[in-house]
Amino acid sequence: MSAMDTLNAITMTAIDWGHLFMHFCVLSFLSIGGAISAAPDMHRYLVVENHLLSDAQFSSSITLAQVAPGPNVLFVSLMGWNIGLNSAGGIQAGWTAWSWGLFGALFCLVAIILPSSVMMYKVAQWGHKNSQRSVVRAFKSGLAPIVIGLMISTGWLLQRGQHGDSTNTTLIMSWALTAFTALLVWRTKVHLLWLLALGALFGILGFM
Amino acid sequence: MSKSNSSTHPPEGSSHLGLEKPGPKSRSDLFISLTILALQGFGGVLAVVQRELVEKKKWLTNEEFVEQWSVAQILPGPNVINLGVMIGQRTFGPTGAVIALAGLLTLPLLFLLLLAALYSGVSDQAWVQSSLRGMNSVVAGLIIATALKMASTLYKNPVGILLSVLFAALTFSFVAILHIPLLYVLLVLGTGSCVVAYRKTVELDLAQQAVSDTKEST
Repeated sequence: MSAMDTLNAITMTAIDWGHLFMHFCVLSFLSIGGAISAAPDMHRYLVVENHLLSDAQFSSSITLAQVAPGPNVLFVSLMGWNIGLNSAGGIQAGWTAWSWGLFGALFCLVAIILPSSVMMYKVAQWGHKNSQRSVVRAFKSGLAPIVIGLMISTGWLLQRGQHGDSTNTTLIMSWALTAFTALLVWRTKVHLLWLLALGALFGILGFM
Repeated sequence: MSKSNSSTHPPEGSSHLGLEKPGPKSRSDLFISLTILALQGFGGVLAVVQRELVEKKKWLTNEEFVEQWSVAQILPGPNVINLGVMIGQRTFGPTGAVIALAGLLTLPLLFLLLLAALYSGVSDQAWVQSSLRGMNSVVAGLIIATALKMASTLYKNPVGILLSVLFAALTFSFVAILHIPLLYVLLVLGTGSCVVAYRKTVELDLAQQAVSDTKEST
């Protein structure tokens, strides 16, 4: 299970890095609803077809980015980090590995963010100039209910995604914690970090 | 539509933003505010964005936030990144967009790499896995709460409260229960909702124009 026994050194030529860059740029344009929606395709490219990452490295990249502070898209840079480490022959290579890891992290992050951000910029510019047109206003307000439905779905799926091996008790506890958090955040101004700490504590105490 | 667009646009970053809400005061305010925001975003930044930008900073009203968030969500790319580009663009143009991205990403990236290095040492410990599960439940609650807060804007939405709730409920069942790909959901429900919004908006505009016309003629 640990990252040590899985991978393994890979060789990355400049052309391989170029292909990787192109692939992430394409995914950037396809990742509607966030980079995470492109994760299945990343798995195909990185793990199954090109063996740049082990399965364990792939999953832990997503999980860690999920619990760490910051935008979720950083999971892509964690994948880049692992690719960099692998290309240097693994973490035991020391400073060489760290440098390649850092390079890989930035490289992949730029590739996944740049294309969509440039597009977003152009759209924002256009929308700002035309903000009084009925089409623009209708587009924005028409999407609001859909977006709210999507957000509830995200919360729902996140909650459901973790119940692979749960017993009934832990299932109820987990839903109760979600409902409690939702109510508290909706109605009060309690700091979000306290709630996360509470969640971690519940987990460690074995309620989950 | 009677008034032609004025040919001179205000220069970027000027105080004329078409909004009464105060935006970021300076470029460093933008960078620091977004860094602080990003560092609070455990399990994604979504839940924190609303609280920081709307409730604390008051850069956006709830309505503006829903609108911008909708656009950020519908375009490809990470939502929070898109929102950052939009806020940066609105205030300081291209520099603003770059600063916003730098603010959202720099420190969180360093933090994450540090965490990854630490994690490789403890990844197989049971308590690590179970605390992750606990936090996951909390994060789910955070996101649902944010959606509930944003739902209050639907009262003012031209789509109308009943249809809005219907569209939101349909979106939820299609995505969360039936697992229909997002693209189709957006094509069907998004188009439907936008068409309703468009008809209402045009209706309201005409009514408003009629009112102002009668005022002018008297």
